[in-house]
Amino acid sequence: MTLRTAFAMAACTMTSRDPATSFQDMILALHDFWAAQGCVILQPYDMRMGAGTFHTATTLRALGPEPWNAAFVQPCRRPTDGRYGENPNRLQHYYQYQVILKPSPPDIQDLYLESLRVIGIDPLKHDIRFVEDDWESPTLGAWGLGWEVWCDGMEVTQFTYFQQMGGFDCKPVAGELTYGLERLAMYIQGVDSVYDLSFNGQGTSYGDVFLENEKQMSKWNFEVAETDALFDLFAKAEKECENALANDVPIAAYEQAVEASHIFNLLQARGVISVQERASYMGRVRDLARGSCEKYAQLMAPEWAEKYPGWTL
Amino acid sequence: MADFLLELRSEEIPARMQAGARAELEKLFRREMDAAGVGMGEITVWSTPRRLALIARGLPSETQAVSEEAKGPPVGAPDQAVDGFCRKAGVTRDQLEVREVKGRETYFAVIETPGRTVRDVLAEAIPAIIRDFAWPKSMRWGAASISTESMRWVRPLSGIVALLGDEVVECEVHGVTSGAVTLGHRFHHSGDITIGNADDYAVKLHAGKVIVDQSIREDYIAQEARGLAEVSGLRLVEDHGLVVENAGLTEWPCPILGYFDEEFLDVPPEVIQLTARVNQKYFVCEDSAGTLANAFICTANIEAEDGGAAIVDGNRKVLAARLSDARFFWDVDRQKTLAQHAEGLKRITFHEKLGTVADKVDRVAKLARWLVEEGIVGASRSPREGGDLPQTSAGPNEVPAFAGTQEELASLAEQAARLCKADLVTEMVGEFPELQGLMGGYYARAEGLPDAVADAIRDHYKPVGQGDDVPTAPVTVAVSLADKLDTLFAFYFAEERPTGSKDPFALRRAALAVNSILTASGYRLNLTEAAWRWLSAALDIPKTYDPDTKVKWQYNDLTIRFIGDMNVFDVNHILETESWGDLKGRLEYASKRKYDLVRTSFMDLLDFFADRLKVQQREAGVRHDLIDAVFALGGEDDLVRLLARVHALQSFMETEDGTNLLAGYKRAANILRKEDWQGADDAPHTGEEDPLVLVDDPDMREIVAAQMAEKNTHPAGKALSYTPEPAEKALIDALDTAGPQAEAAVQDERFADAMSALASLRKPIDDFFETVTVNDDEEAKRTARLGLLARFRDAVHQVADFGKIEG
Repeated sequence: MTLRTAFAMAACTMTSRDPATSFQDMILALHDFWAAQGCVILQPYDMRMGAGTFHTATTLRALGPEPWNAAFVQPCRRPTDGRYGENPNRLQHYYQYQVILKPSPPDIQDLYLESLRVIGIDPLKHDIRFVEDDWESPTLGAWGLGWEVWCDGMEVTQFTYFQQMGGFDCKPVAGELTYGLERLAMYIQGVDSVYDLSFNGQGTSYGDVFLENEKQMSKWNFEVAETDALFDLFAKAEKECENALANDVPIAAYEQAVEASHIFNLLQARGVISVQERASYMGRVRDLARGSCEKYAQLMAPEWAEKYPGWTL
Repeated sequence: MADFLLELRSEEIPARMQAGARAELEKLFRREMDAAGVGMGEITVWSTPRRLALIARGLPSETQAVSEEAKGPPVGAPDQAVDGFCRKAGVTRDQLEVREVKGRETYFAVIETPGRTVRDVLAEAIPAIIRDFAWPKSMRWGAASISTESMRWVRPLSGIVALLGDEVVECEVHGVTSGAVTLGHRFHHSGDITIGNADDYAVKLHAGKVIVDQSIREDYIAQEARGLAEVSGLRLVEDHGLVVENAGLTEWPCPILGYFDEEFLDVPPEVIQLTARVNQKYFVCEDSAGTLANAFICTANIEAEDGGAAIVDGNRKVLAARLSDARFFWDVDRQKTLAQHAEGLKRITFHEKLGTVADKVDRVAKLARWLVEEGIVGASRSPREGGDLPQTSAGPNEVPAFAGTQEELASLAEQAARLCKADLVTEMVGEFPELQGLMGGYYARAEGLPDAVADAIRDHYKPVGQGDDVPTAPVTVAVSLADKLDTLFAFYFAEERPTGSKDPFALRRAALAVNSILTASGYRLNLTEAAWRWLSAALDIPKTYDPDTKVKWQYNDLTIRFIGDMNVFDVNHILETESWGDLKGRLEYASKRKYDLVRTSFMDLLDFFADRLKVQQREAGVRHDLIDAVFALGGEDDLVRLLARVHALQSFMETEDGTNLLAGYKRAANILRKEDWQGADDAPHTGEEDPLVLVDDPDMREIVAAQMAEKNTHPAGKALSYTPEPAEKALIDALDTAGPQAEAAVQDERFADAMSALASLRKPIDDFFETVTVNDDEEAKRTARLGLLARFRDAVHQVADFGKIEG
């Protein structure tokens, strides 16, 4: 056990976190642990998005030479995964825990395994495996190599070494960890339905917090959302993204790309995009997202090169 | 002499890449040692998820000094040439020696390469091996990756052990330095393990709970899984690929058996097995009756403190969630009939030039029906009484007979064909594409369709490769053939043909499959006819033809491509066409160019089939020259007949008659070639640019046949102006008998008989050469005798082009 782990575990004890009986304690234990490793603990990005990777702390910060270590929870929206609260494993809204470490530290695997211990997974009792799983996001012009981490046959984390982002080589490479919080908690708490998870260890369940939300949002995603308005929103986001790019504020442009991406997902859930159109919409979202990343990198490049002589995009 | 150990430790190497990595490591190591002139004994390579290891036995401590001489330019050559030579040889001018070569003073350079310690050689070789290592995918990592020049490896490389004898070979690769220290199992062993030498490496790692030899892990997993199944009263479903994969995922494999809920056994067993295998890498078990049991075996990488109870429970839950999904797909899919699912095929593009899968299905259904209606499939399979066909081991006796009428068979074939792709749009096949066909079969049975239809849907993709089952049930054969022929015709027509190593639509495999089905069943298919029939099905326009505008096309790209440069008038003619024969006629009328395009496509396809057949036969051990001899005859579009001829020829050439006849043939052919004998001028001239057009032109067929008959029944000898010598007369008589005999036998496809008829020519031709002078001074005799030899050659050619046969 490294000193850092000892410190992190001591921190857990001090505040009497109990990940085995409380969803929020599991999150707080991870915060404690990664904070002890020097990570910035961020709050979720305040926009609807499909994955933690879309958070600017991951995408945009993966670009450039500057070190960057951050951890945060990101709520994820997957409209087509909604099941009206009837499926014990599938949700249209769930949480990911993201850790981004740039450059990837040599002991990143050990740090990750220690974080599992901190939330109560003992690797001498449970079978932890790193199974090949590479990651690619054409939308972000990004790819990386890594694994899905298995715990007793269940995928609990996506572990990726980013090689490219926005079409640019990552210099240096960042390591990204994405924990599936609900499935990890279901595993640790030993429950078969996500809604049975204890949220706070004091009588409030995940279902108390989210079941009604799942029911209503599933209905809205699949049946209610006004499609004309959605098409309109998509077009507006696209236009605004271009406006922001033209005025050299790529972070603002990127937000509009994220917005367009989510609107597209909603349109998919409403079933109003044909197979042929689908490819075209995806291409449009990709152009926005990649364009924003590219612009951001190009805008920042002189500053980066100044701080890191010899560094080029 | 010393042994060398190299271990390259890294984060988890994908299981599928480990075998390739071992081979690559050995290859590069040999390359480096060969280049440095280091000899050695046996090489062993091992891999685990976290390390690649190589042990080379019996390395010398030093390489031998080598002295090489290089010959340079002659003395007096321009300075430029001499300096260039010095640069190349790495010597200075004053080091050159002068020797006499063939009376000329010539410069020589003596290049002395001193012996080196092998340790130095290795210290240079290791970085080179790492630098040049070819991984399917590699990556950068860590602080060094701020430059793209940083080291690349499959996953971060974390350590190097390099020991020659007991000594560390010191080297450094991008900040990773070599040493004697490695790590044991990720969870079972903490702290460093110091390796002494190649001999204690595996032992020390074993103590650190790492079995470094993958073959030992594989054997252990296989045995242990078998044993676990046995003690539970079950039998393991063997799966070597899964054994290797699990060995590639573990350093200390521990198979554990668990059970899943019996209620999942309602789902087809293949689905359960696939879910367990692909998603979870579990083995499955059967009971004594061979029925899938509700047990699974997972391979953990630890010896758990609780004996694996928690692990097995966790894995059971994951499997249950997976199987719930599978059962959900199974239930949802069965709520619709296959015919309803098939509607969805209209939304799936088959190929951008070839329309949707629904378009394909429509063509396949028509072709399948036609195959039956024409009696190609399902009719009596011995086509000619007493014929040699088919000659394959899977003879007609093994083809199950169809109990109903031919019309019933045609209906079933069409029905099965219309539904054969429907499962592509089901949830289950969406999740597990490898279950295509199989699921369609299950769904067909579940909705109560006839077994023959369900079987055909299930098996119509077969045979998928060499050694796969070849379908024999008539309905299945009709659908399978139609499906593959459609793929071949369509892609050939769309000019999407295989080139070199590129065959993106697996057309070679499709052609091989057609060959296999035809030879196994003995069904007789004329490919040219099938191709025309297919085109007529492909152009079945009415449902998409817009009668108001007459030119507005809603049809697939195939049709658009086809009618592209025709005018509306022509197109309307084609649209009104009913039968294939008529279509062909109208096509010629409408557009000669279009007709030629189609014809060339089909001719190319015939050649393609022939090539596949050649490859298949060559692999089956048939002499390639015999194959060539038969194929050289050309114009054959019946694969079964082609093959029968090859086999008969092969038997014949193994006899003494065969080899002697070949000798006689070669002698005759040589004389004819030397005399530049043109032969009788009997090819019909019609002004056609392409004489081959006549061969399959139905109108010309009879005329050609009549001319051939004329030629054969009125041998050149009938008008002899002199009295032939006895041997000459004997040969004429023999040809008069054997020629028609061989021809009749070929017509009846009794190729062995044709060979026997030819064998009867052996003695007469030998005697003829013995006693008759071909090049007689009398022009009449010479001409007649050369004509006789040509007759002999032509008679032999009825069976095969003996000129292609070696020996």
